[in-house]
Amino acid sequence: MIRTEEMLLNVGPQHPSTHGVFRIVLKIDGETIIEANPVIGYLHRGTEKLAENLQYTQIIPYTDRMDYLAAMTNNYVICHAVETMMNIEIPERADYLRVLVMELGRVASHLVWFGTYLLDIGAMSPFLYAFREREAIIGFLNEISGARLTFNYMRIGGVKWDAPEGWIEKVRDFVPYMREQLAGYHDLVTGNEIFLNRVKGVGYYSKEEALDYSLSGANLRCTGIAWDLRKDEPYSLYDRFTFNVPAFDSGDAWARYQCRMAEIEESLKIIEQAVEQFPESGEVLAKVPKIIKPPKGEAFVRIESPRGEIGCYIASEGKKEPYRLKFRRPSFYNLQILPKLLVGENISNLITILGGIDIVLGEVDG
Amino acid sequence: MVNDLLTSPPGWMHAAIFFGLGACLLMIVLGFVTYAILAERKVLGFMQLRPGPNRVGGRFGLLQTVADVLKLLIKEDTIPKAADKPLFILAPVLAFAPAFMVLAAIPFSDHLKFSDLSIGLLYYIAISGITTVGILMAGWASNNKYSLLGGMRSAAQMISYEIPLVISVVGVIMFSGSLNLTEIVEGQKTVAYMFLSPLGFIVFLISSIAELNRTPFDLPEAESELVAGYHVEYSGFRWAFFMLTEYVYLFAMAALTTVLFLGGWNPVPFLGFIPGIIWFALKFSLIVFFMIWVRGTMPRLRADQLMEFAWKVLLPVALLNIFVSAVVKELFLR
Repeated sequence: MIRTEEMLLNVGPQHPSTHGVFRIVLKIDGETIIEANPVIGYLHRGTEKLAENLQYTQIIPYTDRMDYLAAMTNNYVICHAVETMMNIEIPERADYLRVLVMELGRVASHLVWFGTYLLDIGAMSPFLYAFREREAIIGFLNEISGARLTFNYMRIGGVKWDAPEGWIEKVRDFVPYMREQLAGYHDLVTGNEIFLNRVKGVGYYSKEEALDYSLSGANLRCTGIAWDLRKDEPYSLYDRFTFNVPAFDSGDAWARYQCRMAEIEESLKIIEQAVEQFPESGEVLAKVPKIIKPPKGEAFVRIESPRGEIGCYIASEGKKEPYRLKFRRPSFYNLQILPKLLVGENISNLITILGGIDIVLGEVDG
Repeated sequence: MVNDLLTSPPGWMHAAIFFGLGACLLMIVLGFVTYAILAERKVLGFMQLRPGPNRVGGRFGLLQTVADVLKLLIKEDTIPKAADKPLFILAPVLAFAPAFMVLAAIPFSDHLKFSDLSIGLLYYIAISGITTVGILMAGWASNNKYSLLGGMRSAAQMISYEIPLVISVVGVIMFSGSLNLTEIVEGQKTVAYMFLSPLGFIVFLISSIAELNRTPFDLPEAESELVAGYHVEYSGFRWAFFMLTEYVYLFAMAALTTVLFLGGWNPVPFLGFIPGIIWFALKFSLIVFFMIWVRGTMPRLRADQLMEFAWKVLLPVALLNIFVSAVVKELFLR
């Protein structure tokens, strides 16, 4: 009998596939994982604590840096929370612009996920194709907000800048182009036998487990629960658009992949409709007081970010700064199921499972 | 000339001549490697919508690899404290030497060949197996967990894929009745063996990509999982040796595929006026391009799927190929 020993393998925080500074300590037997202990916090910047000493408008740029792949939704959640507290009416044009940039952001975020996920699995080219399209979207957002990632675009009561001339037309033309490219991705990747072998049946969890772990976004919809706040608790203008909530019930990495790819298509539908309904003219910023002081009390709002439900809780004492601010950061919650999924898996599957959850470390660590 | 030298009594003169010839071959191979790397980067760049190297050495980056090699040469040579020093130093050499040795057996045209071994094919397969030892040694001696996993994977993979690789060429050996690579090419005067034994060709192509540790079988150095696999601790020129091994094997394997299945220097019908060496180069480039193309397209297999594929799919198909080849030979080649 050969004596075998378990090995402790430290993956990260500097590792090409942990998507940032995420560390996971594995106990492995050969290549099989026996135990996994994630270590987080390398990117903790204390956004919530910092916010307690900032005026509400000053908090917005901090939210850009949480989920830096879809900063528009983060911008929105803080504005939405304050607006809810203060009962501010948003001009229609501003709301349309918000929806447009959020959905564009969602497409960009899913494209990054698609590219890097395939890169994790070992295919190099899809990454570069996905980034070409993402680059176009980043270009649009840059044009409207002046920044490529940390937009700082939304303000309490609307948005900072109106769309530049011709912007709406460009976005309209982008939709059919993106559809065409998406079909190309499906040709290249979705039918690939090796890819299917890598993702089918990997990282399975059931509906109940997903609910117990409080998963959201594509991580929840992959188990067959079609829960999407844009549909179920419509905020902003989402009740004006027709779109589906894609859900697949196999609960594995393959379902998560299908889910995100289908979501890109749904987002394109929303963009298309929003461009069509876009009001000719109007204000983009409501009349709000110079210094924003929400009344004493508290509010919690939640919206659908590309990664899941992002929530914002504000407790106000009626001052310029919040008494307490808390974000429900979806990546953080979605990550909690990881140690459970990894037990008994191969090291190659570690990458497939971790990538499938789609975390952004800026959001996990807050 | 070489034959005269071989039959005459040995002396210093002979040693010098052979050394010179060997150095010549090494230069040709290194030249190939330099431009194969450039070609790979250019072709991949073309497939992936980016320009590839385009600064050093003019528009096409002709001197990019030369600059890279120079950089590697002057890099600090680091050996981890906890590494097994003698083995750590020996491993790259042990991996590289066989890669170069196998080239001696390959005929590039009916005149240009360095040795005419009667068991050329067997020699190639036997010698190339030694590289696995070098890789495993590198993985072990680095005393790093990632490289150990990479070394383990590579040993398992290369041994598993060597078997279908060897069995898939049995068909070719049956057709030609020889292990001599020159005779195998001569046997393809009328029709290339890839048409007579298509199954064998496919199995050989797949196994050879696996032997070369290239995508989709690049598990030993799976970047996204094992960072760099067995050579994670290597830097500078020792690292370059591993890369060199890989590209020399690419050269050797593409040449072997050309010889075994594509008819070597035999011309395509009606185009016999083009010299054999050019035909060889063309077919050879086609194989190299194919391998780069596959790299630009495919994701990576998982370790267990890789093993399953070798033993449950490739091996039975390779065995079936022997039977089919025997039938083909009996029916058509009598």
